Amino acid sequence: MAMTTPLDVESIRADFPLLARSVHDTPIVYLDSAATSQKPTAVLDAMDSYYRTVNANVHRGVYYIAEQATNELEAAREKVRRFINAASVSEVIFTKNATESLNLIVQSWGRSNLAAGDVVVLSHMEHHANIVPWHMLVAERGIELRWIPLTADGQLDLTGLNSLLEGAKVLSVTAMSNVLGTLNPVRQLTDAARAVGAISIIDGCQSVPHTATDVQALGADFVAFSGHKLCGPTGIGVLWGREDLLAAMPPFIGGGEMIRDVRLDGFTCNDLPWKFEAGTPAIAEIIGLGAAVDYLTAVGMDAIRAHEHMLTEYTLRTLNDRFGDDITIHGPADPELRGGVFSFAFKDLHPHDISQILDQHAVCVRAGHHCAKPLMKLMGVGATARASVYLYNTTADIDALAEGLDATGAFFAF
Amino acid sequence: MPGLEDLYREIILDHYRNPRNRGELESPPAHRVEGFNPLCGDEIVVYLELDEDHRITDIRIGGQGCSISQSSASMMSAAVKGRTVDEVSDLTRAFKAMMSIHESSLGGETAEPVELPEIKLGDLEALRGVVKFPVRIKCATLAWNTLAQGIDEALA
Repeated sequence: MAMTTPLDVESIRADFPLLARSVHDTPIVYLDSAATSQKPTAVLDAMDSYYRTVNANVHRGVYYIAEQATNELEAAREKVRRFINAASVSEVIFTKNATESLNLIVQSWGRSNLAAGDVVVLSHMEHHANIVPWHMLVAERGIELRWIPLTADGQLDLTGLNSLLEGAKVLSVTAMSNVLGTLNPVRQLTDAARAVGAISIIDGCQSVPHTATDVQALGADFVAFSGHKLCGPTGIGVLWGREDLLAAMPPFIGGGEMIRDVRLDGFTCNDLPWKFEAGTPAIAEIIGLGAAVDYLTAVGMDAIRAHEHMLTEYTLRTLNDRFGDDITIHGPADPELRGGVFSFAFKDLHPHDISQILDQHAVCVRAGHHCAKPLMKLMGVGATARASVYLYNTTADIDALAEGLDATGAFFAF
Repeated sequence: MPGLEDLYREIILDHYRNPRNRGELESPPAHRVEGFNPLCGDEIVVYLELDEDHRITDIRIGGQGCSISQSSASMMSAAVKGRTVDEVSDLTRAFKAMMSIHESSLGGETAEPVELPEIKLGDLEALRGVVKFPVRIKCATLAWNTLAQGIDEALA
């Protein structure tokens, strides 16, 4: 890891009001940031201030606050552009969430470029959002899906990648598994796709909030991510795409804002990025996302990654040392190969029961299939318990998890 | 705030540790039906044998799930074995009423008094505490919904 100044986590925690609350008379231990992150005051204030002082519909209003609202929205787009190093704001499209971003690609690019027999390559560790839209296109177009398998320790098995990609038009994979924590070799994947003339799509939901992202360096054609996992509000996601591809794509949703002209006999599309932003956008959420990006940038993405790397090492060591054979942490054992997402099996106990007892200790973890049922099936489980960390978590949170697991084991001991 | 002892009563843990009627029946002649809880990935398989009087002569439970869904399935199997489908239907209604009283009172509204059939729930009463943990109600009802589907299919 590059040397970075350690995070001042205590002062970071003070920025997140929710982390100060208690549940069941116990200070909360929030370990579910892979599902959604907590929000810093800066984000809450930006959204509150917009509604209190600037609220007006954007674009076309001539009066002062309408222009101000438009400027704030477009300033947020520029912040996001800088955050992911996109070449132009024309390439930064606001969507409802990453799921909509992926559906936009499939419905717009996919339906105008893919025909029966065309091959789309996915992986066994994809989220349902990067599976189901493709299944829908299989049903409509008869495209063929191929799947990159996994190694025993939860990495992509790339030994057969070239033959999987043979004749493929699309490679669509996650940069980081939301179940296994695996960090995938994105550049290697996008290079391999380009070599066969396929476009590449990266699901950045779990990676963009946690590691510095340079979409140009990734070599991908599209990157999708959500705002609420990176300290922003819910209801706002981003699709980044290469401008030449976006320009050639038909619109996804029709309506106001996305048009230049509408006649009785047809319409002409607006310029990028607005071509893909029909209807009044989520203005407050976009402004909130801009504030989130500012916040993360000020903390420093490299420092965040270093902090989570430390927490990953600590978590793996602490849980494995303490529970030995009673715990199985899925995914790569090497902290270099993974982010701070820990799905685990514990003493043959069901994830629901584990998370229920942990909740009594105010420890928030997720239990379920994590919208990755094909992966669950491959792992031979119906569900897992999952703890995940972010910039505001500490080793004390992991200790609380371990204490809670001890209590869980004792409760169900037989 | 309801405590864990409301949810995990000793009798529930006993059924979880020592599930009754666990296993399979040859199908056919037994009727086999699967149920899923899409929220948590739990799955249950119910094997059912009915005689000509529509009486459940044998039942087995397979699948995997949490302590609540597994113990509920175990208790259910013990409660319905030897009963006619009409009796099982009443029992199911009574059990679901117990589960849904709280559902209807979510959000602080006063629950309408629910007319419970005159059915003794016995051990199943132990699951009453589940209603205090609304996300777990589906765990407790999975086996019952699956059984009802199996009976419908078997009599169809």
